[in-house]
Amino acid sequence: MSEEIRVPIESDADTVIARQAGRDVALRLGFTRTDATFVATAISEIARNITVHAGAGSIVVREVNEDGRTGLAVIAHDEGPGIADVDAVMRQDYRSNAGLGMGIWGAIRLMDEVAINSRPGEGTTVTMKKWCGFDEVAAFLDHGT
Amino acid sequence: MAVSILKQGDYLIASVQSALTDTEVIELRDALLAQVAKHRSLAVIVDVAALDIIDSFAARSLTTVARTNRLRGAKTVIVGIQPEVAVAMSQFGLRLDSAHIALDLEAGIQLLTV
Repeated sequence: MSEEIRVPIESDADTVIARQAGRDVALRLGFTRTDATFVATAISEIARNITVHAGAGSIVVREVNEDGRTGLAVIAHDEGPGIADVDAVMRQDYRSNAGLGMGIWGAIRLMDEVAINSRPGEGTTVTMKKWCGFDEVAAFLDHGT
Repeated sequence: MAVSILKQGDYLIASVQSALTDTEVIELRDALLAQVAKHRSLAVIVDVAALDIIDSFAARSLTTVARTNRLRGAKTVIVGIQPEVAVAMSQFGLRLDSAHIALDLEAGIQLLTV
C-alpha cells in the first residue's frame, strides 16, 4: 500500500514536522540518507513560503509510481495571495530576494521535478518529486561514515 | 531553546541539541550575539551536529552571527555539519561566509589554539 502523510502547516513548528515526515517517507521508500536530507531541506523551504506568504496551508508527502520508477511527491498547498508571474519565479528572476524565490530555487536544485500552480488571489500549489535512484556520492557518504 | 551555551575561558561553546524551528534559529542567533558581547568572548564555537538540515534560513542566520562577530573581533567556528547536510547545502548553493568551519568540536578548539 502506498504511503501518504498530510501535515497542516500553521507555524514554523509544523515545518519541522513536515520535513521530518518527508525524511521518514523517503527512507522507507529506499532513498539514501543524503537524498532524504535533500527532500527534508526542500520541504523546509517550501513550508516557509506557506507560513510567510500565506499564513497557513498543508503539505502532503506521498509515494509515487510512474513508468516503473518509485519516487516521492511533496504537494504544498495554500490559499494565500498567490503568485502573479509563476514563470519568473521558475526562471529564478526572484532568486536574489532571499524570500519566495530562494525557497523555490532550493527546491529546484534539490528535487528532480518542481511545478508551481498559482494565480493571484487563488492560492498556490507547489508539487515536487524526487525519484529513488542510485547516487555514487550519496552511497559513499551513507556507507563511508 | 534546544541549545546550550557554555562559557569556556575566552570562548563560548554552543551545542544545538535537536532540530530547530525558524523561531529557535533566531533565538540562537540573538543569544550568541548577546553572550559574545556580555562575556567579551574571542570566539564562539557552534556545534550543529544535531541539526537535521541547514536550509537558506539557518545558513543566513549563522552567516549573520559570523559577520557580526567578525566586526566585533570575535571568531565564529561552525562544527559538526553532518555529511548529508553538507551535500544538500552544496547542491543548494548555500555557504557559511565569514565563519570558520571544523569537522567537530575537538577540531574546532584546535583551530582556535594554533
